[in-house]
Amino acid sequence: MKRQQFQHPFLPYFLVVPQVLIISIFFVWPAAQAIYQSFVLEDAFGLGVQFVWFENYESIFNDRQYVVSATFTAIFSTLVAFFSMALALFLAVKADGILKGATSYKILLIWVYAVAPAVAGIVGTFLFTRNLGPLYNLLIASGWDFNPQVNVADAAFTVILVSVWKQVSVNFIYFLAGLQSIPTYVREAALIDCKSNVRRFWTIIFPLLAPTGFFVLVINITYAFFDTFGVIDTMTRGSPAGGTNTLVYKVYQDGFLGLDLGGSSAQSVILMILVLVLTMVQFRFIERKIHY
Amino acid sequence: MKRFQIFDHAILIAGVLFMLIPVWITFASSTHRPETLLSDGLQFWIGDYFWETYTTVLFKGSGFTGQVNALLMLKNSMILGLGFSIGKIAISILAAYAIVYFRFPAGNFIFWMIFSSLLLPLEVRILPSYEVVSQLGMLNSYTGLILPLIASATATFFFRQFFKSVPDELLESARLDNAGPFRFLVDILWPLSTTMVAAIFIIMFVVGWNQYLWPILMTTDESYYTIVMGIKQILNELEGNNVPKYNEAMALAMMALLPPVLVVVIFQRWFVKGLVETEK
Repeated sequence: MKRQQFQHPFLPYFLVVPQVLIISIFFVWPAAQAIYQSFVLEDAFGLGVQFVWFENYESIFNDRQYVVSATFTAIFSTLVAFFSMALALFLAVKADGILKGATSYKILLIWVYAVAPAVAGIVGTFLFTRNLGPLYNLLIASGWDFNPQVNVADAAFTVILVSVWKQVSVNFIYFLAGLQSIPTYVREAALIDCKSNVRRFWTIIFPLLAPTGFFVLVINITYAFFDTFGVIDTMTRGSPAGGTNTLVYKVYQDGFLGLDLGGSSAQSVILMILVLVLTMVQFRFIERKIHY
Repeated sequence: MKRFQIFDHAILIAGVLFMLIPVWITFASSTHRPETLLSDGLQFWIGDYFWETYTTVLFKGSGFTGQVNALLMLKNSMILGLGFSIGKIAISILAAYAIVYFRFPAGNFIFWMIFSSLLLPLEVRILPSYEVVSQLGMLNSYTGLILPLIASATATFFFRQFFKSVPDELLESARLDNAGPFRFLVDILWPLSTTMVAAIFIIMFVVGWNQYLWPILMTTDESYYTIVMGIKQILNELEGNNVPKYNEAMALAMMALLPPVLVVVIFQRWFVKGLVETEK
């Protein structure tokens, strides 16, 4: 907090009113509703409401589809985070070491940040279109019996590839910034101590990048959980047989298409707890970094 | 040493191509006749049907949504992108200013209430949010489209971090000169914040423009469709029985991605600064 602050009887309230109003109406109220609805059962016409404690939660964990979705989300997030971070780090190390044209490469690599996940999904759909898309033809020509409409692994491959493509640029920006913040004298000292490029990277540069890497990891998990909705919805819609349903997509499917209010709300609350944990981890990290 | 640099350039060029080629194919294919695409597959080079495809999509609206053309959807996206970013910045600056620079009894409680919204992205509370908006009669309106998206503390958080990093001495000297809270905000804090505001504006514009799920739920009236959600209609069209007009679908995808990409490329320096600063 600031050592010096203003004191005024009503001005600060006046300043926060717009934000507080919007947060109350469009965040606090719906979030409270979600928690409330996760504990009740409503009949189809919304006439009778029954308080059922944790019944909605129990039925979620007994639902095989939910287990499938949770498993897919875990695999999907891990792969998307791993590949997009690895690729971005690799490119960032190369861009950092380059003498000429670094700015051009930077621009040519970061513009994808601005592409909406849904638009990325559409572009991916085009490329994987049966018989027409170049990627489809390439995979078939290479002898892969590629059929994302039937085979879950194939469908997962398409959404993972597109999600990675979309995420590399953000990770690249952070990794490059992280690399460039390593002081020259550290690099020069490292150069004297260790001649091998590869070993120098893993023993000196990589550990120095760890804080950035951790931050990027949290961002990527959040991205894989929530922002990939557009990719899934335009490419697979959770098919085949719910095999590419992320947890967030399932909240949407069960709530909006399946009209299962209680179940969908309980899933929301579970996700809310997950985000809470992620945010706490992130905050701890931010605090640590400040007190260095 | 030189040989290694060539190798590095090769890797970077491969990375750039990995990023560019999918969008290039989309653009090249959008300039061909639908019949060509259906018989020969997607195209790698520009065809002779650019003008026809793009004028049809922009003005005729014969495409995917019946009466709505891309021009209207672009307008709606622009309203969403600008309304979202400007609204969010205005509200966030005021709130962050109050939280950082004032000591008031409910300050702590308000701080936690605002930041609790970081916990629950809109995607997770869509159903109750939809109900609230429909009870307020805001379905199919720009207000209903924009306000619920603004209900998040990300920008407030950035501005709070930024204000906290402004030296205390500024406020001390301003007070010696008898500057009140309003003057301090307008004459001292705002000029210091302009780069930060520009950076956050760019990020938020892109975020707003790229919204997909919320506009889908909110708008049943076609005149409120945004271009990014218009994509959902492309898919329905392609899956229908008519001869799929892939060229028009791809033209629409190009128009959905071009404006935010241009903004990021043109204001690249601010945008990168904004992203990196928010990490701190």
